[in-house]
Amino acid sequence: MTKNYFELIRPGINTTFQDEGRKNLYHIGITFSGAMDKRNYLIANKLVGNNLNAPAIEFAYQGPLLKYTGYEINFVITGDVSFIIRSKGKEIDGNCYEVYNLKNNDEIDILSTNKSVYGYFNISGEFKIKPQWNSYSINTKAKIGPNNGKKFEKNQKIFISKIFSDLNKKKIEYINTKIENIRIIKGTNFDYFSEEGKKTFFGKDFTVSKLSDRMGMRLEGPKIENIVDTNIKSEGLIKGVIQVPPDGKPIIMLSDHGSIGGYPKIGTVISADYDKLVQLSPGSKIKFKEINLSDAETLFKLYEMETQNLLSQI
Amino acid sequence: MIKNISNLGDAALYCDFGKEVNKEINTNVIKYFKNIKEKNIPEITNITPSYNKLIISFDPNKTNYSNLKKLIEKIDIKNVKENPSNKINIPVCCEDKFSLDIKRLKEKSGLSDDKILEKFFNKKYFCYMTGFIAGMPFVGDLDQEIRVKRLETPRIKVPKGAVAITEQFANIYTFESPGGWNIIGNTPLKIFDNTKEIEPNLINPGDVITFKQITIEEYNSFND
Repeated sequence: MTKNYFELIRPGINTTFQDEGRKNLYHIGITFSGAMDKRNYLIANKLVGNNLNAPAIEFAYQGPLLKYTGYEINFVITGDVSFIIRSKGKEIDGNCYEVYNLKNNDEIDILSTNKSVYGYFNISGEFKIKPQWNSYSINTKAKIGPNNGKKFEKNQKIFISKIFSDLNKKKIEYINTKIENIRIIKGTNFDYFSEEGKKTFFGKDFTVSKLSDRMGMRLEGPKIENIVDTNIKSEGLIKGVIQVPPDGKPIIMLSDHGSIGGYPKIGTVISADYDKLVQLSPGSKIKFKEINLSDAETLFKLYEMETQNLLSQI
Repeated sequence: MIKNISNLGDAALYCDFGKEVNKEINTNVIKYFKNIKEKNIPEITNITPSYNKLIISFDPNKTNYSNLKKLIEKIDIKNVKENPSNKINIPVCCEDKFSLDIKRLKEKSGLSDDKILEKFFNKKYFCYMTGFIAGMPFVGDLDQEIRVKRLETPRIKVPKGAVAITEQFANIYTFESPGGWNIIGNTPLKIFDNTKEIEPNLINPGDVITFKQITIEEYNSFND
């Protein structure tokens, strides 16, 4: 039997499998993980005809260079990504949200996520991987998930267990919009900060730091002054929570965050803004804007409706 | 009992049991946690108990804050029996190469090595919560005389198995990880087993923990 697989000529900076995430394990310290930008992950699955919760390959900044061995297969890349397909000596500039056909010995060179962070790659078929605790998401910090919980390395092979016979090449038009204003709901320790600190938080620009990863987004900017205590008794966290450690520089918890933390919570990013937030690359400027719970709920409904509309066009 | 429920963002409930940290409050947190978990409410994506808080995350596609709050408010734990707690004994070796912060502990507490270890080992502890990193237990309460603050500068790498203390608590590093607690020893026991599909963590909130001092020989042959 011929084996179908990708060889990673170049692994990319942080290439992992991700899906919808791992539920109901925070209480033992296992975080949610899952695709950072859920909308782009879902669109990738729909375009190649997979189940919406199927695992996809997520990459950050520079993606992998993949050489394919096997029978014809369809693939798609979503996000804001530059990539090249090399087939029999020819080079094609690939478009995101467009399904391409790949033949034996073809290469996909995922060059970069343009002014964004995460992109998604998926095939019309199934990867030969096993879930752990009901999820295919890799958490590299806790070494959980397929590939022994590690990101992919050079020359590794990713095997394919099933290729779908439908080679229908679907595509949609979609442009990833950027946001600068991150909408938040006031945090449970909002009163720990001075009036000046609160003003700083809502009034000034912050810059996404290079030290950001799947665990958290660190921000550079003016110090947010704490007048009560720079520690709280450790308690649960969720993605989107903004903690302010003693140095006064906010950290936004992202999908691989620790399950509990002990810094005061100044706010939480609303669910509708999360996919856009994670795509802000280091150096991006952001501003926080306070909204109330009912507006946040309405905005999430609108965002979901938009996602569902996109998926229904496929 | 829950003193107040508020929202943490738009996809989680923040149940506040008060400011103090003690066994009684934590036992209530755990009772709520177990009770809600057993109900298998499909809208809930995570329930995170801690010393005196319970955070319930939900899928905002399936429910919202006010509906879930109503559901949680109806829960009555008066008749929920306290589950018999597991009793777990943790072997700890305190040889110099493991007891990385013993000097600091001596300075801060004013006690001798032997006295510190005596106070640490001759006590039953209660597991308040697990988390931060997978399977890490937070147990307490330490003897008043060996309570010290965290390191001024946290270590970038705390070795796997490190048993460390700070203020009224002790914890065990289930993975090599950054950390700022005072390391008193190291356990050869696997506290978190990620090859297990069910119950990968050895210690759960509510469990009773004792520590037993072992020699370096016992440590080295422990996993043979």
